[in-house]
Amino acid sequence: MRNLTPAVKVESPATLRLEQRGRGVRLVLGGDWLVSEASRLDTELHALRFADAREAEIDGSAIALLDSAGVWLVVRTKRDLEAKGLKITKFAIPEHYAALLETLERDHTAPPVEHPPRPLLQDRLERIGRGTVHGFRQAYDMTGFLGRVAVETVEAVVAPRRELPFPAFIHQLEETGLTALPIVGLLAFLLGIVLAYQGADQLKRFGAQIYTIDFLGVGFLRELGGLVTAIIVAGRSGSAFTAQIGTMRVNEETDAMQTIGLNIAEVLVLPRVLGLVIALPLLTFYADVVGLIGGMVMTYFHLGITIPAFIRELQGAITVKTLMVGLVKAPVFAFVIALVGCFEGMRVERNAASVGKLTTRSVVESIFLIIALDAMFSVLFSVLGI
Amino acid sequence: MVAGDTDNVVIRIRGLVNGFGGTIVHDHVDLDVIRGEVLGVVGGSGSGKSVLLRSIIGLNKPLSGSIKVFGQETAEIDSEDFKGLQLRWGVLFQEGALFSSQTVAQNIQVPMRRWTHMSQSLMDELAAMKLSLVGLPEDSAKKFPSELSGGMKKRAGLARALALDPELLFLDEPTSGLDPISAAQFDELVSNLQKSLGLTVFMVTHDLDTLRATTDRIAVLVNKKITVGTIKTLMHDPDPWIHEYFSGVRGRAALEA
Repeated sequence: MRNLTPAVKVESPATLRLEQRGRGVRLVLGGDWLVSEASRLDTELHALRFADAREAEIDGSAIALLDSAGVWLVVRTKRDLEAKGLKITKFAIPEHYAALLETLERDHTAPPVEHPPRPLLQDRLERIGRGTVHGFRQAYDMTGFLGRVAVETVEAVVAPRRELPFPAFIHQLEETGLTALPIVGLLAFLLGIVLAYQGADQLKRFGAQIYTIDFLGVGFLRELGGLVTAIIVAGRSGSAFTAQIGTMRVNEETDAMQTIGLNIAEVLVLPRVLGLVIALPLLTFYADVVGLIGGMVMTYFHLGITIPAFIRELQGAITVKTLMVGLVKAPVFAFVIALVGCFEGMRVERNAASVGKLTTRSVVESIFLIIALDAMFSVLFSVLGI
Repeated sequence: MVAGDTDNVVIRIRGLVNGFGGTIVHDHVDLDVIRGEVLGVVGGSGSGKSVLLRSIIGLNKPLSGSIKVFGQETAEIDSEDFKGLQLRWGVLFQEGALFSSQTVAQNIQVPMRRWTHMSQSLMDELAAMKLSLVGLPEDSAKKFPSELSGGMKKRAGLARALALDPELLFLDEPTSGLDPISAAQFDELVSNLQKSLGLTVFMVTHDLDTLRATTDRIAVLVNKKITVGTIKTLMHDPDPWIHEYFSGVRGRAALEA
């Protein structure tokens, strides 16, 4: 058994002594019966054997300190003895703990707290079923939300009923775009280096290291730049959307908006969707440029390709179309990130734990959707021969 | 108690049924709120006081029944014909529900911006006026909700609820979480505003002092039904919960004070 050091220093350790007197037993308790001693006392009490005793005395008059855990152990012992058919002839604890004893004796009759039984196979199957149904329902709800936001967006841009929440839109543009520049830049730069290094290493074997630049240019502009930026933004801004809107729900702010007559889709969702749809393509372009610079630095030091040579080779490798294939995906990714972020935020219930749970879910879902969409784009582009 | 005169009934609830996941909270509830009165709503925890409030203001869709505010059905808050109702009522949520990204003055101006075309300077003047009306110091206009105490948040929330001079005011536990002195001041404030602005007030509360100080009638939610009466009649109600509520130790102490 582990010997835990009591958190509270006990002045005089609890004592427990069993005396046999013919057909009767006498339990003599002393010291501090406190919660810090409870573990040891519990073991000792359970180890007691009363053989064929008929009567029992519990003498706790020598107890110095007693708390509710201690009283419970005493009361439990008494009840156990009674349940075994022993007659309690004497039961004593210090006078000034009588009120505590009485409260416990009177009010506490409940059996110990029961833990739910371990799940059976059937329960697990049921959970899988419920999860599946939940997943479909979620997809259904999200489609509904998508439709509503799409209508709302088109209306707001084509035929605005009121002036657009312009300050909120600018604020979102700054929050999701401008402040993401350092992290997106750093990661794109590092990724450019990694990609160039790997490419150079492999292509060197064929003496074709100059094609590292083609590999880098096409790979980064078509796929990686957009994908990495979208994933960073999903983690940064998608989660922020869910947490912001979720907190507003917990705080009843969204309810207040509705009672004032504000349209939540217009006030909360629209600025975020529009802001991100504009910010993400710009960020992607920035990531493309920085990533290529990263690759350029790498090829200069690793392969000794000069900057003019790099640019000349790059010009031959990529066209505006290569860039556009990457950039065209960005607004779609942005729409998905903002939509999922806001959707999950709106589903937050009125408790703080729900905010955290749905924020996590929002990030996972949007990253999943980004990669799935990217795969679909790849198939589409290859079918179209782009 | 059902009023006969339709014109004077601000809120009319008939056969309201609310429930969640198989548990019924309200079972065919009827209630009338009459113009110019202060109606207090009490009930045990989980008896559906807040659900009743949220149903009336359209935040909770009832299973069945009809709720009319100013003669207009409120079942769907997002529908087109709902618009205009929000001009005629103000809601104070439990913790104030101030928009945390905006200052107090901006909060008060949200309903104004939504429904009117006032100039910024006029809105600033009106916001300052509302602040003095609810007893907040001038410098609170520039503060953010996070810089306010609980009582100040409620006052600011009240100022926002009064932004468009509504006819009907909903209060959700206005004095909960306030110290007794602030609570008494808040009661007095609500009473004064109700009289001077001619408001109809629908107030969910637990505070017996508030009930005594401000309400004309009290609706008690017990056993999924509503019993309406004044403090005097409810003290002699046969229902054990109502009797205990108004005649228990706390009840008597508050009501005889």
